[in-house]
Amino acid sequence: MGLEVRREDRILIVELTGDWKLARAIPRFAPLLESDPQAPAAEVVDFDATDLGSWDSSLLTFLQQGMIHCEAHQLEFRSGNLPEGISRLLDLARAVPEKETGPAPKAPSLASAMGTWGLGAWADLLAAITFLGEVTDSFRRLILRRFRMRWRDFWVVVQSNSSGALPIVTLIAFLVGMIISFLGAVVLRRFGAGYFVSYLVGYGMLREMAALMTGIIMAGRTGAAFAAELGSMKITEEIDAYRTLGISPVDHLVMPRVLGLLVTMPLLSIYAGFIGILGGMVVALTVLDLSVTQFMGGLMQAVTLSDGLLGVFKGTVFGLIIGLSGCMKGMQTGGDAAAVGKAATSAVVLGITLIIGANAVIDWLAVLLNV
Amino acid sequence: MRYGPLVVMEDLSFQVHRGEIFVIMGGSGSGKSTLLKHLIGLKAPAEGSILFEGEDFLEADERTRKGILRRMGVLYQNGALWSGLTLAENVALPLEEYTELDARSVGEMVALKLALVGLRGFEAFYPAEISGGMRKRAALARATALDPDVLFFDEPSSGLDPITASRLDDLILQLRDSFGTTIVVVSHDLDSIFKIADRAIFLDIKEKTMTATGTPQDLRETPPSDEVRRFMTRSSGEGSPDEPGASDDRKAPGRRDGP
Repeated sequence: MGLEVRREDRILIVELTGDWKLARAIPRFAPLLESDPQAPAAEVVDFDATDLGSWDSSLLTFLQQGMIHCEAHQLEFRSGNLPEGISRLLDLARAVPEKETGPAPKAPSLASAMGTWGLGAWADLLAAITFLGEVTDSFRRLILRRFRMRWRDFWVVVQSNSSGALPIVTLIAFLVGMIISFLGAVVLRRFGAGYFVSYLVGYGMLREMAALMTGIIMAGRTGAAFAAELGSMKITEEIDAYRTLGISPVDHLVMPRVLGLLVTMPLLSIYAGFIGILGGMVVALTVLDLSVTQFMGGLMQAVTLSDGLLGVFKGTVFGLIIGLSGCMKGMQTGGDAAAVGKAATSAVVLGITLIIGANAVIDWLAVLLNV
Repeated sequence: MRYGPLVVMEDLSFQVHRGEIFVIMGGSGSGKSTLLKHLIGLKAPAEGSILFEGEDFLEADERTRKGILRRMGVLYQNGALWSGLTLAENVALPLEEYTELDARSVGEMVALKLALVGLRGFEAFYPAEISGGMRKRAALARATALDPDVLFFDEPSSGLDPITASRLDDLILQLRDSFGTTIVVVSHDLDSIFKIADRAIFLDIKEKTMTATGTPQDLRETPPSDEVRRFMTRSSGEGSPDEPGASDDRKAPGRRDGP
């Protein structure tokens, strides 16, 4: 890569020699002219490529710099003596004028940003209400047998969220039961009330933790999957294909998923409750030296059917929340692959937030109603 | 037509006549597919209306709207087959939704529709198991399941090799000639445009409106603007302007009367 400047009258001739390859640093054009004290008097920049070897985009980049420099300093840029391939590529680079994008947009003021956020939140709220309305209408039509639901899709959801979810639900519920039992062992033993650990585990698992943990697991597992599935279908225009046939995508895509989860979530909550109690019992037997009879006796004395039913009710509500939030975020996905990931993330965040909120509301109502 | 504050196209006014193949053409980003989404009711125009046999179907009540949609078929750019369903189930769904046919008749109808697009024996395949060209043909079978009066095609030749694209063009011509179906095609493929179009409009991205309407031959010979001339005579292997276009003797039988 060689470069020299010589002057002939009012013409500055840039001599290009050797191989110009990207592996080496590209020289700057402007300092080259500035190094010639007589350069300001020049009117034309020309090139001598007689000894130029092989070249690639590094040479083009250098010449592009030259063109821009010459334009800025009212110098004539002569590319006629360059090899034909280079001239053609430079012409191609100049063929389309630079797009005028105008001044960079100013950062929005605080008021403007808050206004934009408010409008976005309002639009999201309206979209959520519209979606809930569509689902309600679809459910009404299902009851009135106005549309034929694809029961195969429903059973696929049931299968994937029952047997498919068992390993992770089992693991988490068992560990949570153990944690509650450890907690009880530490606290209750101080007061000589270790026997009541079964009460704590049974009450905690059946009323609270079984449904809550299952809900959180399923929001991450199934809610995200629903959003990603429907989001991908949105991108590939499968949802548009339903709409343009006058077929409601909510009937065919949302209802089987929501109903499937509505059936499986209470069952999973019951299962998680029993597994959690089992986990708690293992700790009680090993740490507190209780017998199985003692543990079960304490459990049966204190825990009532209403505790279990409250957990089942919570599971049903959480199933509805996960199904609706996953499907809604999927149906509202934007038009690119990144939007699918965003929809899945939003579905999980929304699902978990609503589950915890709903859990608090149900607990509060349960206290008020003395359940 | 607009996306938020950005106006994509304005002052659009055109009619599509019964039994004709009408092409919406223009460069990339000119708003062709957006216009198609407006025509099929997926987007509402910012101003103005879209009439189907005099009925503003965006303003129509649900029942009328569904009745109009029942008479339309759409072939999306990538087919948009429902990925969770087999080809047979894809074609059967509109039949199950809109007709009282028993399962056996639906099965026979599905087999016929798939056979017409050359996919006999592919009933049990899922969309992911077949090639792009086959997916488009299967999507065409689904779009024609209910024998629609109007068929919309979004870039039918995109992503297809020239031979497959040409076969799809033949299929479009056959649909119009055999069933008298009105066909609206969005395309920038000159080969295809000259082969199938009876009439075309040109969407100009700079003017943000349609700047030409007529037969492809007229638009090539007497282009109303430089942009149209460049588009119609661009020298690529595809869509050579010298190729004979849609011949005058290729008239639709007109299954239905009237414009």
